[in-house]
Amino acid sequence: MFGFGDIMAAALGLILTWDRDLSEIVLLSLRVTLTAVAVACLIGLPLGAVVGAFRFRGRGTVTVLLNALMGLPPVVVGLFVYLMLSNAGPLGVLGLLYTPTAMIIAQTILVTPIVAALTKQVVEDLHGEYAEQFSSFGLSARARVSALLWDARYSLLTVALAGFGRAVAEVGAVLIVGGNINHVTRVMTTTIALETSKGNLELALALGLLLLGLAVIVNAAVMTLRASAVRAAYA
Amino acid sequence: MVMDIRAESALVAEPLLEARALRFAAGGQTLIHGIDLGIEPGRRTIVMGANGSGKSLLLRLLHGLLPPSSGEVLWRGEAAGRAARRAQAMVFQRPVMLRRSVLANLTFALKVHGLAGRARTERAQEALEMARLTDLANHPARVLSGGEQQRLALARALVCEPELLFLDEPTSSLDPASTQMIEDLVNAAHARGVTIVMVTHDMGQARRMGDEVIFLHAGRVAERGPLDRVLGAPRSEAARAWVQGRLYTGDT
Repeated sequence: MFGFGDIMAAALGLILTWDRDLSEIVLLSLRVTLTAVAVACLIGLPLGAVVGAFRFRGRGTVTVLLNALMGLPPVVVGLFVYLMLSNAGPLGVLGLLYTPTAMIIAQTILVTPIVAALTKQVVEDLHGEYAEQFSSFGLSARARVSALLWDARYSLLTVALAGFGRAVAEVGAVLIVGGNINHVTRVMTTTIALETSKGNLELALALGLLLLGLAVIVNAAVMTLRASAVRAAYA
Repeated sequence: MVMDIRAESALVAEPLLEARALRFAAGGQTLIHGIDLGIEPGRRTIVMGANGSGKSLLLRLLHGLLPPSSGEVLWRGEAAGRAARRAQAMVFQRPVMLRRSVLANLTFALKVHGLAGRARTERAQEALEMARLTDLANHPARVLSGGEQQRLALARALVCEPELLFLDEPTSSLDPASTQMIEDLVNAAHARGVTIVMVTHDMGQARRMGDEVIFLHAGRVAERGPLDRVLGAPRSEAARAWVQGRLYTGDT
């Protein structure tokens, strides 16, 4: 039986030697999460901006829906995507189940409402300030949305970060649709769960430390960028 | 004297902008009561009246920022739409600064008006020079002083060469030097042929800047006429009380 110190030393050793299995898992995690966040931003930013900037019938319902979907249970999303992509499902023919693409789809579904709902709030506040000036310019709806997104870019970085945080720490959905297959769909969170249950705590702890480090680095980077933007009065 | 006669009587030139039976109600209250008026090209019209008389609201209705409850606004004889708004510009009491550099605030306005890249920058730089903001071109617009922000807002409004410029108390929170600079810019624009419609509480400014006065009271035009006549010998009780610095609570 090894003590905590031994396990920690072994975990740090894995990180410092950049163990092959460890690096493969980390890189796949980043690939899946960053792709999912990028797709979620492509959908969620304009969606949130439109809901935030314009008054239309059903706007209240869309807002309630987005807010509610922010708290989607990952396992439910995993189950839904599984049913869609399984052989018996409508998208089964694509053969995506137990692939990184399936994991990206699941994470995108989880993250998009977060990005959209937070973007809506940011853009709504900014539009309150800009609305009359934009109307005076005679700005089209599309130009209005793109100008709002551009001027809110520093606040929206924080939104993307919230999406990244949700996606990178998620385990339920990717486990269901990815299957946690070694060298194929094994990401940090699913590996931590598996290796802990197997008693292989060194790898689990190494991944846990990297996950924490990643969260700290991304947060620090965005905060620094945002603080400099605030100082320059661009945020 | 020609100007006096024109202002007191029916419009001589075709109005650039015309309000017909313009009415606006909100929260079960009528705030603008069926106003009819025309703005002739090339004139400087001062809109005056007590707080809550509907001056800023009237400007927003004329510029198309708010839809009227009834009545219409015509631009060159036709229903005013987005195209009309693009031929006009408005400067607000509190300038709206985009979260961009001073120069980018100007190039954005020019881009909206369809000006291509290089011409855009050149025109923006000319406008900065005119507003004496060249040294601040790359500064974030939101860190400028109140006077500089208002000059930038005015430069941004003028850079697209509007035919009609609305000004809603543009100098109400500025010191005399900044006020002077704003007035110089507005006068220079007027000299280039821009029609001016300006809200102000400042009678001195009205005298310096106006050809005629529209005096509003409780959402109605209480009086309209040449500036010297309205401020010198007002005919309506509301305008008379205003000029004399008395509180007036009557209906007309």
